[in-house]
Amino acid sequence: MYLIQQLLNALQLGSIYALIALGYTMVYGILTMINFAHGDLFMVGAFFCFLAGVSLGLPFVPTMLLSMAGTAMLGVTIERLAYKPLRNAPRVSPIITALGVGLFLENFTLALSPYPKHITPLLDIRVWTVGGVSVSSLQILIIALSVVLMLLLDLYVRRTMVGMAMRAISWDRTTASLMGVPVDGIISVTFAIGAGLGGAAGVMYGLAYPVIDPYMGIMVGWKAFISAVVGGIGSIYGAMLGGFLLGGVEVLVAAYFPSTYRDFVAFSLLLVLLVWKPYGILGKPRPQKV
Amino acid sequence: MGKAGRGAILQRLRDLAASRHAAHVCLAAGFVLSFAIPRFGLLDRYVQLILMYVGINIILAASLNLVNGYMGEFSVGHAGFMAVGAYTASMLTIAVFPSGASEWLFPLAVAGGGAVAAVVGLVVAIPSFRTRGDYLAIVTLAFNMIVKSVLENIDAVGGPRGVLGIQRLTTLPWIFFWSVAAIWVIRNFVYSNQGRGILSIREDEIAGELMGVDTRRVKLLAFVVSAFFAGVAGGLFAHLLQFINPRMFDILKSTDVLIMVYLGGIGSLAGSILGATIYTVLLELLRPLEIWRMVLMPLMLVLLMIFRPRGIMGMREFRWFVPAREWAAAVARRRGERAADAPAEG
Amino acid sequence: MPLLKVEKLTHYFGGLMALSDFRLSIARGELVGLIGPNGAGKTTVFNLITGVHLPAEGNILFEGGEIAGLAPNRITALGIARTFQNIRLFRDLTVLDNVRTAFYAQAGYGAAEGLFRFGRFKREEERIAGKALDLLGAFGLREWADEQARNLPYGLQRRLEIARALATGPRLLLLDEPAAGMNPNEILKLMEFIRWIRKEFSLTILLIEHQMPLVMGLCERIVVLDFGATIAEGTPGEIQIHPRVLEAYLGGEAAP
Repeated sequence: MYLIQQLLNALQLGSIYALIALGYTMVYGILTMINFAHGDLFMVGAFFCFLAGVSLGLPFVPTMLLSMAGTAMLGVTIERLAYKPLRNAPRVSPIITALGVGLFLENFTLALSPYPKHITPLLDIRVWTVGGVSVSSLQILIIALSVVLMLLLDLYVRRTMVGMAMRAISWDRTTASLMGVPVDGIISVTFAIGAGLGGAAGVMYGLAYPVIDPYMGIMVGWKAFISAVVGGIGSIYGAMLGGFLLGGVEVLVAAYFPSTYRDFVAFSLLLVLLVWKPYGILGKPRPQKV
Repeated sequence: MGKAGRGAILQRLRDLAASRHAAHVCLAAGFVLSFAIPRFGLLDRYVQLILMYVGINIILAASLNLVNGYMGEFSVGHAGFMAVGAYTASMLTIAVFPSGASEWLFPLAVAGGGAVAAVVGLVVAIPSFRTRGDYLAIVTLAFNMIVKSVLENIDAVGGPRGVLGIQRLTTLPWIFFWSVAAIWVIRNFVYSNQGRGILSIREDEIAGELMGVDTRRVKLLAFVVSAFFAGVAGGLFAHLLQFINPRMFDILKSTDVLIMVYLGGIGSLAGSILGATIYTVLLELLRPLEIWRMVLMPLMLVLLMIFRPRGIMGMREFRWFVPAREWAAAVARRRGERAADAPAEG
Repeated sequence: MPLLKVEKLTHYFGGLMALSDFRLSIARGELVGLIGPNGAGKTTVFNLITGVHLPAEGNILFEGGEIAGLAPNRITALGIARTFQNIRLFRDLTVLDNVRTAFYAQAGYGAAEGLFRFGRFKREEERIAGKALDLLGAFGLREWADEQARNLPYGLQRRLEIARALATGPRLLLLDEPAAGMNPNEILKLMEFIRWIRKEFSLTILLIEHQMPLVMGLCERIVVLDFGATIAEGTPGEIQIHPRVLEAYLGGEAAP
């Protein structure tokens, strides 16, 4: 029973990691770039949630929508201003820029909000006890919403013209643009979606673990990045799988080991996994023609 | 080749010798200054402190540049090696060395920290055989986190509280010595046979292997040397700050070193020196801005990356670091070409 | 004993069979051509011989010893070198350094001597620089020694790649489409060049090529691949009229 309880917690945390991991993987898939500022976009989403839900007192749905929209716009702006000029620069330059953008977001938020913020509940949370396991409606909401968003994303990428354009650009940007694909626009859409999902994750995190601070995106961001890579970077299902895997490992390790060992065991397990599958579980090495 | 041609070559070589001498003179001057400044209070104590942190950061940046810049890998866990060195050196001076002798045995403690870090570097190098790029980033990241976690769980070294009351053994002469040693060794590495092996990994690993480069061996070497100096920096750091805890060596610290390296320019030792100096000094100068310092700093970094994606030095190297023989030979070849092109002068 | 003997070589990429029961035997000093339509598996043969991939099945014997499964740099040390279909120079390194890198295995000093500059370092570095410059001189590249490889004109880049391969001191040289992108005049010069290096460096050469004038004019023996299997083997004269070869190359119009 304890195990099932923990599994529920794992699913909740895993959903949040998965949503963030999706943002990483989408940007990586289309630009082969690791957007290290992504974890901080998640943090901004949580703060937008605070602004909309607590400062403005809006109910849940408008809060969620506004936060997602705000984060999406921020993501697109960052892409246009900071990453676009570096599209043809050596591979590491955008990464360092991303680190810089992330630091900027963290400290700018800190400057504006020196003390952690508390998010008052936006929803009536009901808790049911089923056979010794307590399930809260918030948990169900988070898990369900995450899964729905992920499925919608998968459909979007596989079934729409925009999605097809995304995949074309990820394989060969130059040819795609020669074929008339509006590369800049599609890249902006990709960033918007990735950031929006990260923002949604921020809102959910803020509701589930109600104290937020400007540095919360750092660890979560790196962990989501690891999830994306372990799952196989560039693969949407990989990001989901990686996110749930990491969430699961973290919660279960914390449940059965002393809490200070949590990160150590979690990361060691992930390392072992990567040694076994160097390109991630669902990842495929980009074949190099010799 | 006539008299005019020969004369020109001689003049050039004279220039070169002059610049070589200048380099050695500067080194000697620096050495003397490093003793004179603290002894005679030639500089404010605060400024001396900054200089020492600059030195430590130079060692960190140069050692990371070896793996990330010259070898073209993406290692993001450098602070992990620093932590190993810091803790080892501190344990040596606190628990192992007889207390009266710590001042004399300090270099041993620092080198010991470096050595243990180097052994750990060996372990981290092994995954680099099979994975590259972003996947190696994960491995080094995980390594950084694991080191931090392990240190937090070992009560013998203070757990999360860390080690306190470390002796202030780091002095300006020691910083000077270790910085120069690090730059010298890494520069030697880069301009050697093994160094060419490292560069071939960055340029085209498969082609390198097919030209006979033992890429495994070379990668091991690079990680070991890189980790050694990061450990040295850690030991110096611990004995300057006088206390250390695991939180100091987390991903944020690794990020700092990454920024220094890429700011200055990958594949350039002068770049690492420049990047480390500018980053450290700028952070200090902006201190009055308090929290806005950390808002302005990354903004400037982003702007720099947009306008100079390869860092300040790009991949160009400072003349003094290129081995004299190489430089002279290249210069002579060019002179020889030009002289041969102008037979009328003959 | 043949210098190179390949037997039953089979390899897959995913579900696709790239090579099927390929066999080849090259005697010391021969100049053999490997031809076939695009995708026939020719570069795969090179990749398997040089150790880039591990063959699914088969043996590769070089001077009597099995080399399948060895690391690429070991195979190079044993005496096999190659060039690439798409030039793979070390673009940001100088021309001189491209060649010096290939002397890696022959440098007579270890890591410690390199790091601390003692012992045989200076002497060996001078020896290697000398040999590299001599090699560049023999290839007419000496004046480009300090230029970045990426700045070389295409034809010289191809030449540099061959020079770099020869720096490893091979007995068997594998050339992958050395004439790609060349006009008939350049091809004639290349043929002279290949004959020259074969004599000068005592080489056995196996080359992949699409340019028929070069293959027919240069090679003593030709092996034809299609869909991963050998479909013909013989002298240029025999291959030119071989029905299966003509069929493989556009159904009959493979006039050189």
